[in-house]
Amino acid sequence: MSHDHAHHDHQHHGSDLSPVEARVRALESLLTEKGYIDPAALDALVELYETKVGPHAGARVVARAWVDPGFRARLLSDATPAIAELGIGGRGGEHMVVVENTSETHNLVVCTLCSCYPWPVLGLPPVWYKAPPYRARAVIDPRGVLAEFGVRLPDTTRIVVWDSTAETRYMVLPMRPAGTEGLSEEDLAALVTRDAMIGTGLPGSVPASPLDSPLEMPA
Amino acid sequence: MSDPSPKAFAAPWEAQVFALVVSLKEAGLFTWTEWAERLGREIRPAGDSERAADYGAWLATLESILAERGVAAAETVAARTAAFLRAAEATPHGQPIRLENDPLYRP
Repeated sequence: MSHDHAHHDHQHHGSDLSPVEARVRALESLLTEKGYIDPAALDALVELYETKVGPHAGARVVARAWVDPGFRARLLSDATPAIAELGIGGRGGEHMVVVENTSETHNLVVCTLCSCYPWPVLGLPPVWYKAPPYRARAVIDPRGVLAEFGVRLPDTTRIVVWDSTAETRYMVLPMRPAGTEGLSEEDLAALVTRDAMIGTGLPGSVPASPLDSPLEMPA
Repeated sequence: MSDPSPKAFAAPWEAQVFALVVSLKEAGLFTWTEWAERLGREIRPAGDSERAADYGAWLATLESILAERGVAAAETVAARTAAFLRAAEATPHGQPIRLENDPLYRP
């Protein structure tokens, strides 16, 4: 870049740092100086939650419960150790409870206090889960909230709302969709969405064509 | 109401705030129960409507806990924030923003 170019091109010579970014940088540098945190450990945490932890883990749990009645029973009676059988667990999932949807009962999970969520199985919560409208309305008008998510249930289906806390974090075991008898556990997992495990959605339907099923990978 | 993208963070600073809170919780500065209680209080300001429990609220909650525990006083954080803003202003675009770039920096 030529000297001239630098002069007329830049109205503003510096770098952009928003006030909120500056506050975060300030905390990070102060806490590093005082030895409370290790920047490399922060980077590792970010990478973990950006790339590894997410609803695909919960989908594996649901698919296993659909194919293995023994696992399903363990999952519903004491979720945390059952989920650990699949190598899934850790922070934000110290005590998880799984609630099962049936044709009589549909479960919906919220955190009315703030944003408590079962991280090991669902990752970090979506923006709407943390927003006041969902926190408030899930409790007073669950049927209306479900309708906004496109979920319409028969009037006879009872809706039960579960309020997650830091100590107890809920996940929904959705009903296995009809017509999925022939699917493998892996294909079943692909039908399970994040919203289905919060209760604001239902699992996807069976792929219309066999061409839609994922490629078999050699073990 | 729903969003299809399961992206964990909307901006790098959100990820940094999340990682700071997790690290400090694991260093024993607070429990998740205390954290949820403090965050719940932060998003319900007296005389105002409830706010989202988003990463902005996480940042404000963390700042208040750190001040209260004597880890980082509000004035110290404010001074360091101002230093970073001056450093950014003095850093040519595209280069890393370092505290040393603050014209008022004293080691």
